[in-house]
Amino acid sequence: MNTDGDLLHTVTTDNISDSRKRLGKLMVWGTALFCVMLALQQTIYQSGRASIGFETWRPILYAYMLWATALCAAQVIVNGEKGKRTLFVLPAALFVISLVVFPLLFALYISFTDWNLASPKGPQPNGWDNLVQMWNDSFYWNALTNMVYYVLAVSVEYVIAFGLALLLNAQISARKFFRIVFLLPLMLSPVAVSWMIGKSMLEVRFGPISRIIRDLGGEPTFFGNPEIARFMIMAMDAWTFIPFMMIMLLAGLQALPSEVLEASKVDGASGWQSFKEIIFPLMLPVSVTAVVIRIIFKLKLADIIINVTSGGPGGATDSVTSFIFREYRDRSNVGYGTLLAMVYLVLIVIFVTLLLKLVSRWMERPA
Amino acid sequence: MNAIFKDHEVSLRVQTKWWTNRIAIYATLLIWAAICLFPIFWTITTSFKLAPDVMKGNLIPWWDFTPRWKGWESIGLSPRLIGEVSTVREEFFKRFWNSAVVSISASLLAVILGSLAAYGLSRFSYRFGFMKNSDISFFFLSQMILPPVVLALPFLVLYKSLGLLDSRIGLILLYTLMVLPIVIWIMRDQFQGIPIELEEAALVDGLGIWGAFLQIVMPIALPGMVAAFILSLVLCWNEYFFAALLTSTNATTLPVMVASQTGSQGINWWSMAALSSAAILPLVIVAIVLEKYIIKGMAAGAVK
Repeated sequence: MNTDGDLLHTVTTDNISDSRKRLGKLMVWGTALFCVMLALQQTIYQSGRASIGFETWRPILYAYMLWATALCAAQVIVNGEKGKRTLFVLPAALFVISLVVFPLLFALYISFTDWNLASPKGPQPNGWDNLVQMWNDSFYWNALTNMVYYVLAVSVEYVIAFGLALLLNAQISARKFFRIVFLLPLMLSPVAVSWMIGKSMLEVRFGPISRIIRDLGGEPTFFGNPEIARFMIMAMDAWTFIPFMMIMLLAGLQALPSEVLEASKVDGASGWQSFKEIIFPLMLPVSVTAVVIRIIFKLKLADIIINVTSGGPGGATDSVTSFIFREYRDRSNVGYGTLLAMVYLVLIVIFVTLLLKLVSRWMERPA
Repeated sequence: MNAIFKDHEVSLRVQTKWWTNRIAIYATLLIWAAICLFPIFWTITTSFKLAPDVMKGNLIPWWDFTPRWKGWESIGLSPRLIGEVSTVREEFFKRFWNSAVVSISASLLAVILGSLAAYGLSRFSYRFGFMKNSDISFFFLSQMILPPVVLALPFLVLYKSLGLLDSRIGLILLYTLMVLPIVIWIMRDQFQGIPIELEEAALVDGLGIWGAFLQIVMPIALPGMVAAFILSLVLCWNEYFFAALLTSTNATTLPVMVASQTGSQGINWWSMAALSSAAILPLVIVAIVLEKYIIKGMAAGAVK
């Protein structure tokens, strides 16, 4: 993307008077001061040293929003035409910064405390204790190992999705019908899926799949055996998310230059040859995008696990998210859970950065 | 050269190959369609079954078993109960309404904020401190890898002190944050596809940059915005993790209601099936009617 110089040039003669500039600055600093004062007053009130204060921190939120509005308005007042340009990006940036950066800093603080919601004392800093506890927590490491398996399952999903995309791209009738049907699983909420498939279709006594297995002479166990349970979670997650990759790949296939494919046909390439030598290499960029995004989604996997197995048997199906969810829900262990989440975030950032680096290096090399 | 005649050996071989190919393609398509449809079919039919039908494993309505409204009665949505007052139904509609309000407002907010940001980033060059355009874009898109579990707890505490716990506004803010990177990703692609000469002409004709955006660019980019909106809607409607942690009685959404029922009701399948069907049906309908937009939205970022 072009980053030097505006794509859309605007030439304006802004004559901004000094008083107008002063007004803008006054608005920003005034509202900021007001917000800080209110926050200070509230802190003092909550510590019990002042009698005037609010019941909740909500008024401070309003003051903060007032400041944000003033900041946006001041852009136009102080900078004129240039400010109008800033106004496109500023609201979204402010929104993300206030909803991500502040909570993250706060999370960093509580992850080094022994805070348990059930204890009346509130957060007490406890140094590296949480890290030591994490180091010895075999369930957390187990959950991380499971995440590796879950991420590796993406490769199988990719193969299936690619196959389906190729089929949908072939000369078939009723393509629209198949496309809608194949898309449907993505529309269903993971919670509903975990009941529909995990709790009823895979139910050991009356579920249709258990029935088929019993008719074939087997003994159905789905969530008793660790390996099978993990496979079942993978299968359910794949069922919902294969359409996602399939559609991205299908879009890629439809954008392929048809001359190249025709030329390969004229040259006598068989179906497999033209796939291996032409379609697959040309599809690499799209494939990489689809797989990377799918991996990012996969790293958040939790809903199905929470609702079907809640991590069992013996933590065999636990993902990091579902493990931490139970840490909050069942043990109210806020400080420790947050530390686990922060460590997970660091691991994810390292992993995704490495992945992107690796991918970009690999793509640059001529195949 | 011999292969011109239709009954020639070579020609026949080609034909058989073509037919086996066709049959294989359609067989695979049909098998996968069955895999996609069976759970939905199973859930909807189960909602019309009685206990013996479930236990006997009857599958096909009117042939195996007679459909009954029992499951739908348990959430107060059968022809017999529709006129009467039903607390379960009110409960269900309350959750439904929460889901609808939260997901629609969050998607709308995300599309507005995201489109503005994407337009700015695709047209002007910015400098916020050390951050240039590509850095700002990366900053927005990198929010996608932020796992919800990292934000969940700070938000729990933050919302408690702000009095936003168990409120729809709290959920709307979080969901907006969650789908914003995806919207920016889709919309940036859309705006890059719109020729810049259009706005230049508008500027020459006397519109400001905001006027040009609102009157010229936005109508052109509207299909892309609809696509981003629908995709966000699907994601927000199905979100469970934040809703489970941050709501308790007033603002709980449909997925939380479904999840809270799953544990308690042993073999009471018909009511669970009815509840699940009711929860998934709106999006199934959205998928069938607006399939074009969903695919457009997902395809937008894939092909560059």
